Amino acid sequence: MRDPTAAPQYQGLLVRVWRWLAGLVFWSRVQGIARTLRGRMLVALVPTLWLLLFFLVPFLLVFKISLAESVLAQPPFTAIMHWSGEALLELRLNLANYLLLLEDTLYISAYLNSIRIAAISSVFTLLVGYPMALGIARARNTARLILLMLVILPFWTSFLIRVYAWIGILKNNGLLNNLLLTLGLIKQPLPMLHSDFAVFVGIVYSYLPFMVLPLYSTLVKIDQSLIEAAEDLGCRPLSAFWKVIFPLSLPGVTAGTMLVFIPAVGEFVIPDLLGGPDSLMIGKILWSEFFTNRDWPVASAIAVVMLLFLVVPMVIFQRSQEKALDEDGRGRR
Amino acid sequence: MRLKRRSWLSLGLMGLGYAFLYGPIASLVVFSFNKSRLVTVWGGFSTQWYGELFRNRQILAAAWLSLKIAALNASFAVALGLFAGLALARFGRFRGRSLLAGMISAPLVMPDVIIGLSILLLFVVMQQLTGWPETRGMTTILIAHVTFSAAYVTVIVQSRLVDMDIAMEEAAMDLGARPWKVFMLITLPVISPALLAGWLLAFTLSLDDLVIASFVSGPGATTLPMVVYSSVRLGVSPVINALATLILLVVTGGIVVAGVVMHRREGNARRKITPVGAGRRAVEDRV
Repeated sequence: MRDPTAAPQYQGLLVRVWRWLAGLVFWSRVQGIARTLRGRMLVALVPTLWLLLFFLVPFLLVFKISLAESVLAQPPFTAIMHWSGEALLELRLNLANYLLLLEDTLYISAYLNSIRIAAISSVFTLLVGYPMALGIARARNTARLILLMLVILPFWTSFLIRVYAWIGILKNNGLLNNLLLTLGLIKQPLPMLHSDFAVFVGIVYSYLPFMVLPLYSTLVKIDQSLIEAAEDLGCRPLSAFWKVIFPLSLPGVTAGTMLVFIPAVGEFVIPDLLGGPDSLMIGKILWSEFFTNRDWPVASAIAVVMLLFLVVPMVIFQRSQEKALDEDGRGRR
Repeated sequence: MRLKRRSWLSLGLMGLGYAFLYGPIASLVVFSFNKSRLVTVWGGFSTQWYGELFRNRQILAAAWLSLKIAALNASFAVALGLFAGLALARFGRFRGRSLLAGMISAPLVMPDVIIGLSILLLFVVMQQLTGWPETRGMTTILIAHVTFSAAYVTVIVQSRLVDMDIAMEEAAMDLGARPWKVFMLITLPVISPALLAGWLLAFTLSLDDLVIASFVSGPGATTLPMVVYSSVRLGVSPVINALATLILLVVTGGIVVAGVVMHRREGNARRKITPVGAGRRAVEDRV
């Protein structure tokens, strides 16, 4: 017969021994992992933590604040959670911001307009960029290097200033209108600035390097003998292009198009400086909700919905990026 | 014959593309030397706008702030991008790899307005919870810039690492070098052109950013793009043309010097240690 009061003591001892043993095993495992992976873990951990804190967590906050109400305070939104009474967590979700986006046709038409403008500009960028990438890929070594440099160089100079350059060219008494008037091609200046046309030009111009570089890096890898084989078998140059070169360059086309399309949807500077007052883009609306109306919750809701539109293209882009790098690695090993 | 005609066509199209790229830039430079205040009518040669630019204290102060942020940003972004690039290119399939890869490729395409808004909200919430950051300004702009430019640096470093002949690292390890030594003696010298390219790219990305900085900036911290933007909104001004010309000059100079340095280094590196083609894609890696 055991003494029932002794049992807790006995159990307590057992628990302590067990904890000590488990701690020992755990610690030795930690040490082992740390020894083999210390450097590596740190290397992977630092950027992961940084991006988690400053890139991923902020998106959750945008979602949270899109459910808050706008108030005249600092910061200008309500808390959606607060402790009421003892331990009762009160959750006050406010869907009014999303309803506003649905009800007011301004927002819907701005979303659709942004997607339309970004899509059309991507196609034009592809049309301008493809011959350039092909030409660079076909050039000889030194010329290729110089041509590549020349594509990259404008990308390194200020984006804002490159957009600004087009104001001087496109406005009513600007360079292009003056040129066309002197040539006698037009009688009156064409109102080109503050139109969709100007936005297209601005996007194509600013994002051209993003299209040319991925295109070039797929085109330059295409085996020249494939094209020669096609031509030997009687393929005309144009059909050799459509049947051999273009299909092989599709990964570059995808990457380049996404690199233009996705940021163009949320573009602010180009529609603001070059676009017309009636063609609204969603990036500009988000900006004015935030800075002019100081309605942070509505601005956040706009951002959340914009992200929903962009998730699919972003996943496509990430896949293409991963695939390109994998193939690169395999091809070289 | 057929081949020749085709190459003329593609040459012509390519030439048009380059004309499209450089025409507007040329017009900016030409009209910065215009005597007339009208940016589009030629009124004779003059350098008066450059004088006016250097007397504009607001622009000078903003330029100095932007340069400081850009240099700090580039250095931090290279460190962070080097870490992330190494992790993605060399560590195989570790837990959290696809998370890291996703967080690296997302900022490359994410619209600026979303990045700016989200990171501002983070700072506001952090301030409510911890009291930091007390005011927004240079530090908050710097953090936001490092976050998105590190992604670009990572892509450059990662593709150079993938490109690099891994046999060299393996040979060094077979000969008994510890990982740290392999990294310092083999990996780092081979990828150093990519690090330089990444530094320069991060520098210009930061110097160029209007949208994100506008969101996370506070009173007293006005960067150069903000000054340019508010001036451009009021209309074209030859002073901005002069500023643009100077930026072009500095950037072009920087690129040319960096290009020459990289080219030399690569030549040396190839002779010394690299077998074939370790530095072939110096330029295309940049985006």
